[in-house]
Amino acid sequence: MDTLIEITNLSKHFGSLTAVDGISFSVRRGEVLGFLGPNGAGKSTTMKMVTGFLTPSGGEMKVCGHNVLEETIQAQKRIGYLPEGAPLYPDMTPEGLFAFVAQIRGLYGAEQADRIADVVEKVHVANVLRQPIETLSKGYKRRVGLALAILHDPEVLVLDEPTDGLDPNQKAEVRSLIQQMASEKAILLSTHILEEVEAVCTRAIIIDRGKIVVDGTPEELEARSRFHNTVRLSLSNAPGGVVERLRSITGVASVEEKVHSNGNHGFRVIPKGGENLVASVSECIRENGWKLDELSVERGRLDDVFRMMTKSDVETTDVVQPVNAASGSQTSDEKEEVPA
Amino acid sequence: MKNTISIFKRELSGYFATPVAYVFIAVFLFLAGLFTFNLGSFYERGQADLRPFFQFLPWLFLFLIPAISMRLWAEERKQGTIELLFTLPITMWQAVLGKFFAAWAFAVLALALTFPMWLTVNYLGTPDNGVIAASYIGGALLGGGFLAVGSFVSSITKNQVIAFVVSVVVCFLFMLTALPPVMSMLSGWMPAAMLDAVAGISFWAHFEAITKGVIDIRDGVFFASLIVFFLFANALVLDIKKAS
Repeated sequence: MDTLIEITNLSKHFGSLTAVDGISFSVRRGEVLGFLGPNGAGKSTTMKMVTGFLTPSGGEMKVCGHNVLEETIQAQKRIGYLPEGAPLYPDMTPEGLFAFVAQIRGLYGAEQADRIADVVEKVHVANVLRQPIETLSKGYKRRVGLALAILHDPEVLVLDEPTDGLDPNQKAEVRSLIQQMASEKAILLSTHILEEVEAVCTRAIIIDRGKIVVDGTPEELEARSRFHNTVRLSLSNAPGGVVERLRSITGVASVEEKVHSNGNHGFRVIPKGGENLVASVSECIRENGWKLDELSVERGRLDDVFRMMTKSDVETTDVVQPVNAASGSQTSDEKEEVPA
Repeated sequence: MKNTISIFKRELSGYFATPVAYVFIAVFLFLAGLFTFNLGSFYERGQADLRPFFQFLPWLFLFLIPAISMRLWAEERKQGTIELLFTLPITMWQAVLGKFFAAWAFAVLALALTFPMWLTVNYLGTPDNGVIAASYIGGALLGGGFLAVGSFVSSITKNQVIAFVVSVVVCFLFMLTALPPVMSMLSGWMPAAMLDAVAGISFWAHFEAITKGVIDIRDGVFFASLIVFFLFANALVLDIKKAS
């Protein structure tokens, strides 16, 4: 796999504010890199620099081997970019805008028509092609913006919150579109939605206050969660002292109990340092003769890792940007059924 | 070049995508007629020429040209579309020139639509059509100069109202310098060479010279260098904003 995006020690200052503080990463062909972080952490600023819109204060960026600062045009030819909020000319129709961008991208005649037809089908905007963009819904605008980004079938895609403002069906469509394209491209995408990282990303970076705090696969990120390898069990009979017995297993940090609506007693056994406790927990159940209804292991929660890693922002009051990213996360409780 | 033409076309069709262009042209033609026939005493003068029209043209342009130029960059910045534009593989100059020439083409179109006046004087008498042609060229150059100033001012702000007001004031200052009241005020204390320089940068003086029917190469060079200067400043501002 070849490296298509290479960022070295990139930084950006706005006056006294440091938006991006010496970050380095690379994205190879076939990779989908998820860019996570609270609002104002520097995600969009980084993307604006990679795409040649903003000039960095320091550092180096290479896209497909072209230095973004010195060979801006060459780099930009290879990038498809969806800016934050998908800005589009409100007076134009999607049709007109596609033709304009296609011309700039060097697509003419039959090739242009083919490419436009292709992306129109991919993002499903055929029925609004002749409507002024200002009259379109947020979801349509976002999809038109996405179509512009993939119009010239670029090797590198930079997508700033590609699914923001889309309904769940549209989100799923955009994700499957990203997955389809993933094998031939290097994709950098930012998001607030943590489930998106699990769904499409092969790697994720959490960035906080302009610095990379975590870089790894979604699984590695989940492993950092306090709840990684938490054993969840449900008992249909619950004699007293279950919590105490579970707590006495070596490697257990804490145990939570919850009574379910069907009368079952649910327990969550949280391990110390992510230790795997399935074997010892099931042994404990057998020894005590508890009637087991359900047993599962949690992989850990991304939103928990996210909150843990970006906590610096919450505790200080002098930060300009609110941290509503964490509260808006939608990580589902991932479960893996394990035979008891 | 191809890219400049693509941007030019997009911009120009953008003017006609909304009623703004039609309203602008209607207002321009109405005011041009009003100034020429009423205030300019077109008929009473009994002369077959377009002097009344070209005398008022700078004042008309002073307010109407900034109305075209105010949105050039301020609107892009406000809508965020500047990010779309500048992440396409185009150079700064292609964008600046494409936008400027589109605005200029629109202004020249509005100016050209005053041709019924030219038909009228030709119907009523035998005007010096050479002078009229020169005056139209002068009008186009004056419009270009105002537009370059306006485009520059528009790149500084994302507020169109500010862009409009500042452009009017700057253009007004450029017009004012050669007018008799200013000249007599300055001549009291300013050395003659400086006075010449001040008079020399006046849009009015150069426009006036062309409307007399003599297209002096120096007047042409004046407007050309003025346009280049302000477009250069325009590109510079965009570049600085990229890095800030």
